[in-house]
Amino acid sequence: MFELLGIPPQALFGQLLLGLINGSFYALLSLGLAVIFGLLNIINFAHGAQYMMGAFVAWMLLTYLGVNYWWSLLLVPLVVGATGIVLERLMISRLYHLDHLYGLLLTFGLALIIQGLFRNYYGVSGLPYSIPAELSGGTNLGFMFLPTYRGWVVVASLIVCFGTWFAIERTRLGAYLRAATENPSLVGAFGINVPRMITLTYGFGVALAALAGVLAAPIYSVNPNMGADLIIVVFAVVVIGGMGSILGAILTGFGLGIVEGLVKVFYPEASAVAVFVIMALVLLVKPAGLFGRTA
Amino acid sequence: MTTKLLMAAFATTLMAGTAMATDIKIGVLNDRSGVYADLSGEGSVIAARMAVEDFNAADKGINVEIISADHQNKPDVASNIARQWYDQDGVDLIVDVPTSSAALAVSEVTREKDKVFINSGAGSTALTGAQCSPNTIHWTYDTYALAQGTGGAMVEQGNSDWFFITADYAFGHSLEEETSKVVEAAGGQVMGTARHPFPGTDFSSYLLQAQASGADVIGLANAGGDTVNAIKQAAEFGITQAGQNLAGLLIFITDVNALGLEAAQDLVLTESFYWDLNDETRAWSERFAEQNDGKMPTMVHAGVYSGVLHYLKAVEATEGKATSDLMSTMKEMPTDDPLLGEGRVREDGRKIHDMYLFQVKSPEESTGAWDYYELLATIPAEEAFRPLEEGGCELVAQQ
Repeated sequence: MFELLGIPPQALFGQLLLGLINGSFYALLSLGLAVIFGLLNIINFAHGAQYMMGAFVAWMLLTYLGVNYWWSLLLVPLVVGATGIVLERLMISRLYHLDHLYGLLLTFGLALIIQGLFRNYYGVSGLPYSIPAELSGGTNLGFMFLPTYRGWVVVASLIVCFGTWFAIERTRLGAYLRAATENPSLVGAFGINVPRMITLTYGFGVALAALAGVLAAPIYSVNPNMGADLIIVVFAVVVIGGMGSILGAILTGFGLGIVEGLVKVFYPEASAVAVFVIMALVLLVKPAGLFGRTA
Repeated sequence: MTTKLLMAAFATTLMAGTAMATDIKIGVLNDRSGVYADLSGEGSVIAARMAVEDFNAADKGINVEIISADHQNKPDVASNIARQWYDQDGVDLIVDVPTSSAALAVSEVTREKDKVFINSGAGSTALTGAQCSPNTIHWTYDTYALAQGTGGAMVEQGNSDWFFITADYAFGHSLEEETSKVVEAAGGQVMGTARHPFPGTDFSSYLLQAQASGADVIGLANAGGDTVNAIKQAAEFGITQAGQNLAGLLIFITDVNALGLEAAQDLVLTESFYWDLNDETRAWSERFAEQNDGKMPTMVHAGVYSGVLHYLKAVEATEGKATSDLMSTMKEMPTDDPLLGEGRVREDGRKIHDMYLFQVKSPEESTGAWDYYELLATIPAEEAFRPLEEGGCELVAQQ
């Protein structure tokens, strides 16, 4: 059997597939960030904390109310999205006329507060959340053992990502949203309630983060720092894709997951920096990102 | 930041005027908000307080005050607090201090100020090796004992081929190195290593590499959230069902609690304490849990209790708190308490006692909350820890 750079091709396929799975999380999270930045011009640093809240609320629903995973997939984004709407109404909406930096600082502060609260109540070691019975087990693909749950994550993420892209780029509602970012007063003059639309958009972006949190709960440690560990990478993904570009965020998310997967095979020590090296290179060559519009 | 708890400060009227009262101030220095807050944190303060109560310190004319602070796992913060405690607050003894780098820093300050440091939370063998100190006792466990316990036992059971998933920093490297030595000495071999950035989230790639290596055992030379993630994902990828064993080289009961038994079952690990070992540990742990939101103690908490108790015995025996007298008394007097059992403190500052090899129960075997471990083997104190002459401690060379 031939080998590629000392790695049997079967192992390589396995690693590519794993990369794609990790890419699903990057894509889902960076999609939410891109939607919020694209339509609100807010750099939502609380995204990691909201992802963490998604996982915790799923755990709470299961533990205190006996709500299973499938209902959580539906309920958690609604609950956490609602907290996002409250935040937007009470605080974030006051910053739209200011520089990006203020939104970033506010959301960063909120992230620290949210993480601190969860740490205070639930400790740092994390909480158990099992894979739902319907999705446990796996299939032997010949070159690797694919857990059913991972396959589900890829499918779910692809559906949500494509659905969001379609809603924003191809529907009338999406057209209103895009128009409102270009010229809010003109769109308002047509009788459309722009502030409410913006609020709902933020809620939707937060709901995406929460959904990613529910998807992550069975396979990653559910602890207050889980979002903080991930959010920096996700920001790099958004920057590489082009701030605010929906399609860019999705494609870069999956793409970088795969690149990172490959680095983990050849030189695992560098896997944490690979994304940032790519970010630096992309910024040098295309400062607006791979899919970004140059201002 | 420093919370003060005034403890047992009231001598009874009977006592007043008779025995000479000794005032002792104990500083519990550990992580109160970060990754080690659950395994040390407030629990260690509770454990220290229980030791003072159980010793009946007040009745013996010893007035004990306990204070605590958060070192945030940073060596510079830890040494600043230690310095302030010794210089300004009149602290006599610092206990706990997880995170090896912080522990080494506090050990250095303690030596400079000639006070006493009883470490329970940190793992580095350097504390009783190259950087040993006449003022430091390393109480509960160390990386050598963990490697010896888990590594040795697994090889004995016929699992000779190992693959390591290692956190890419000093602690992970040393744990991997210590375990490799044990494995190779026992006739096993190391098939490969994947070093992951710290902290990591996704370990599936390394698990797949480990699976492809055909090793009998996947050794997890990492800690906390990294270990939890790796084990959770190993369960998902059916690693153990496929016949490979997982060995967690540093796992606390709080980690097992975080994982849930579904994911953690069959894991083999080494600890110096488990709440459900015997009647005495059970009774103590239940008292502890009442004060700790129902959470059972870790071995670090047990070590703080055991260490403070031994220190107070030495204070009683020497009728004072001169550091050199206390240290020599603590090393001469055998240790004996309900939690870590019988043992002694060696010249190099290593406290030795039996270590235990446990296997995590399956959800069916577990009868209730915190019923997690099955005892596989007891490793006698003299075998569990690094032999005195191998550590390279200068205190030993003098003799």
